[in-house]
Amino acid sequence: MKTSILEERQKSIGAGGAGRGLSCDQDSVSGSVSQRACVYCGARVVLNPITDAFHIVHGPIGCASYTWDIRGSLTSGSELYRNSFSTDLQERDVVFGGAKKLAAAIEEIVADYAPKLIFVYATCIVGVIGDDVDAVCRDAERRFGIRCIPVKSPGFSGNKSFGYKMACNAIMELILPHRLSEEAYQKEATGVNILGDYNLAGEMWIIENYLREIGVPVHATVTGDASYESLISAPRAALNIVQCAGSMIYLAGRMEEELGVPYERVSFFGVEDTTDSLLRVARRVGGPDAEDRARAFCARRAREIRPVVEAYRPHLEGKRAAIYVGGGFKAISLIRQFQSMGMEPVVVGTQTGRPEDYEVIRSLVGQECVVLDDANPAELETFMKLKGADILVGGVKERPLAYKLGVAFCDHNHERRHALAGFEGVVNFTKEIHDSINSPVWRAIA
Amino acid sequence: MLDLTPKGEYERTALRINPCKTCQPVGAMYAALGVHGCMPYSHGSQGCASYHRTFLSRHFKEPAIAATSSFTEGASVFGGGSNLRTGARNVFDVYNPEIIAVHTTCLSETIGDDMNAYIQDLDIPEGKHVIHTNTPSYVGSHINGYFNMMSGFIRYLSAKSEIHNGRVAVFPGFVNPGDMREIRRMAKAMKTPITLFPDTSGVMDAPMTGHFAMYPQGGTPLGDVIGLGDCMKTIALGELTSEEPAIELERKCGVDYDLLPLPIGIDATDRFLMTLAKSFNRDVPYELEEERGQLVDVMLDAHFYLVGKRVAIFGDPDTVIGLTAFALELGLVPAYVLTGTPGERFDRRVKKLLAAAGVDEETVRVKSSGDLFELHQWMMDAPVDLMIGTSYGKQIAKALDVPFVRAGFPILDRYAHPYFPIVGYRGALRLFEQIANAVMDRQDRDCADEDLEVVM
Repeated sequence: MKTSILEERQKSIGAGGAGRGLSCDQDSVSGSVSQRACVYCGARVVLNPITDAFHIVHGPIGCASYTWDIRGSLTSGSELYRNSFSTDLQERDVVFGGAKKLAAAIEEIVADYAPKLIFVYATCIVGVIGDDVDAVCRDAERRFGIRCIPVKSPGFSGNKSFGYKMACNAIMELILPHRLSEEAYQKEATGVNILGDYNLAGEMWIIENYLREIGVPVHATVTGDASYESLISAPRAALNIVQCAGSMIYLAGRMEEELGVPYERVSFFGVEDTTDSLLRVARRVGGPDAEDRARAFCARRAREIRPVVEAYRPHLEGKRAAIYVGGGFKAISLIRQFQSMGMEPVVVGTQTGRPEDYEVIRSLVGQECVVLDDANPAELETFMKLKGADILVGGVKERPLAYKLGVAFCDHNHERRHALAGFEGVVNFTKEIHDSINSPVWRAIA
Repeated sequence: MLDLTPKGEYERTALRINPCKTCQPVGAMYAALGVHGCMPYSHGSQGCASYHRTFLSRHFKEPAIAATSSFTEGASVFGGGSNLRTGARNVFDVYNPEIIAVHTTCLSETIGDDMNAYIQDLDIPEGKHVIHTNTPSYVGSHINGYFNMMSGFIRYLSAKSEIHNGRVAVFPGFVNPGDMREIRRMAKAMKTPITLFPDTSGVMDAPMTGHFAMYPQGGTPLGDVIGLGDCMKTIALGELTSEEPAIELERKCGVDYDLLPLPIGIDATDRFLMTLAKSFNRDVPYELEEERGQLVDVMLDAHFYLVGKRVAIFGDPDTVIGLTAFALELGLVPAYVLTGTPGERFDRRVKKLLAAAGVDEETVRVKSSGDLFELHQWMMDAPVDLMIGTSYGKQIAKALDVPFVRAGFPILDRYAHPYFPIVGYRGALRLFEQIANAVMDRQDRDCADEDLEVVM
């Protein structure tokens, strides 16, 4: 196939080093085979890990079925969120309105369970058919004394990032009533909330353990392994640490402004970023020896994993990596991680990176590296081939593409096989990259 | 796991829990991928295309390529006409397909986009095609989307010329590439030329070549889709899936059709082969008779292990009907037979099968428009020995510790399954092995040490 690139897309593709800014945060072009999802998808992936909430998808069945138990977010408590609830709108509902059905669905939940928290996701057609989801939710809160929070997520109303924002607004609506007075906050606030980790393969637990180890209490985990009770304790934290900035920086901003909780961006991918993040957290909210404890802890853990990583290094040195992930911050961590493994990032793309992320990315990679926003399969193929990538790090839609090209693959998204965060994650990641790149299967390719 | 499912009745009219279906567009996308050189095109928000591609990729472990109109606020107010114009132009410019197959979404349906008019206004490059079908997500299920897309192709393209092409059109139903290959293999063994439409083999089970082909070698050739109008007749497999397009072809080109169940199990495969044989006045060759004999031989050898076991079967309507028929042939006792796709015809068909096998229908719960929450409740009330269905049954299987055989769509948690058939005698043999292994593995697992036998 010829390797042509849509003209409108040229502005979204650049190279490492200095140069003009990359066009990003735009809507996808009609007719492109975009890897991107929609507003609803963004909202859903952020809120879904809240384990003891009823997540009701208000719309036709598809939006519910495609998001049923797909995130790989683990729970230490309720399994409720692993069920799929929806109103499964039918033609008559579209004609006569679906609000009554939604109200009835909520009643059916209330009748059989004692829900504390319900999220109602408004999908594409809900606004178009004129359902007043806000009113239905308000009414349910009043009648049943529960929290019933609308999530405004019609797919067409923006891109996936906008969906993250809608999810953040829903979380704000949940926690705002639990805010402390300024006086109480000054006196009582301790520890942190962890924002933007979804406990894929238990990663939230790894981070929580580290913080416990260095003496920093954790209130709410947003949203990996979150529960109603833990979420409403969020206003008591002295600091928000934000891992996946793409999804949660907006919430962090709102919490800073409206609840007075400051935030710090962190990343627990790779030894360098994990260590740096823990030190910064310790400095800001730990007790007097927290920083020393953190430094000692990180040094010890880094030492422990070094022999394992070093054993793999000769098999990875000089290999070329392509990165295509959701957010910019993760891409940045992955670049650093690959570089520390002796590998060279040759293609770096994100679905929802911001201009400032792309600046950092371009400063980290070599001039030979292709940097691109919202890539489609044809572009990924073109540049992976051009740059001779040995492995692609991406999500579910990229996996079969990579395999067809004879390129190794690592899922750094919902279908990740192992925890990739923290020091454990470095070992798992290195091993996974090695196992895929050096699998005998590539030798079978004619 | 699933410990929130209450035992007993739970009255629901509005709430859907743990669905056993999904929406029309994904079926339309799958059907469109079964035409060679076709770019499926989703006319709606970009999330739809993304979800459908992901869903198909998770089942087939293959790239599923499709373009989208990428609706924005503006399109939802002013209509998606300009999105489609830009989209179609971009797709032809960049991805260069033979044909674009557009399906709608709940959004474009609700705002009332007039697709016929939009497509008439398109500037379509010489020799290329754009077709469409309406797939409102709030009607039916992915099965409807699949057959609507087939009807769309026929409506736009199929034509009748002066001469028969000497072929029979076979509509395979919503099945895997492995099934489609098996149908073609059987027809070849019979020396009966067919046009299989759609045909996702070679597309959704494409080989690894070191190259990414946007349009892999497989798929029904466009010429054959056009030529459907010149077929002697249609054999429509899957009564709830394939009849509508068969009617469309009859209406447009006067091609008669025979409506048969999916050829799952002995009787349904017999019927398919006999119909094919009769259409061409041929005999069934020894090769296939031998396969039938082998299947019966194996069923006989192991019948003891399966007779009387209670089974729950769930998934897409025609697949479930086929699996139920085969289960009855094996002496299994269907306890629960459920599909999420709406349509009372399903209930009637299953009850007819039960009656023919002498099973009192009062002892079996049969349901269309059902969901897996309900199935779980039934199974808590009165357990079964075996489940057959899609990956979404695995939570129930684990919660209740029931042997589980995966069959149907989607299977998201296993590999290589789309390459193997469940249709035909060979497909039945494979199903038989899976079913018998599941039941016998369970017996080995649960029996006392002194009862463990090396020879079974």
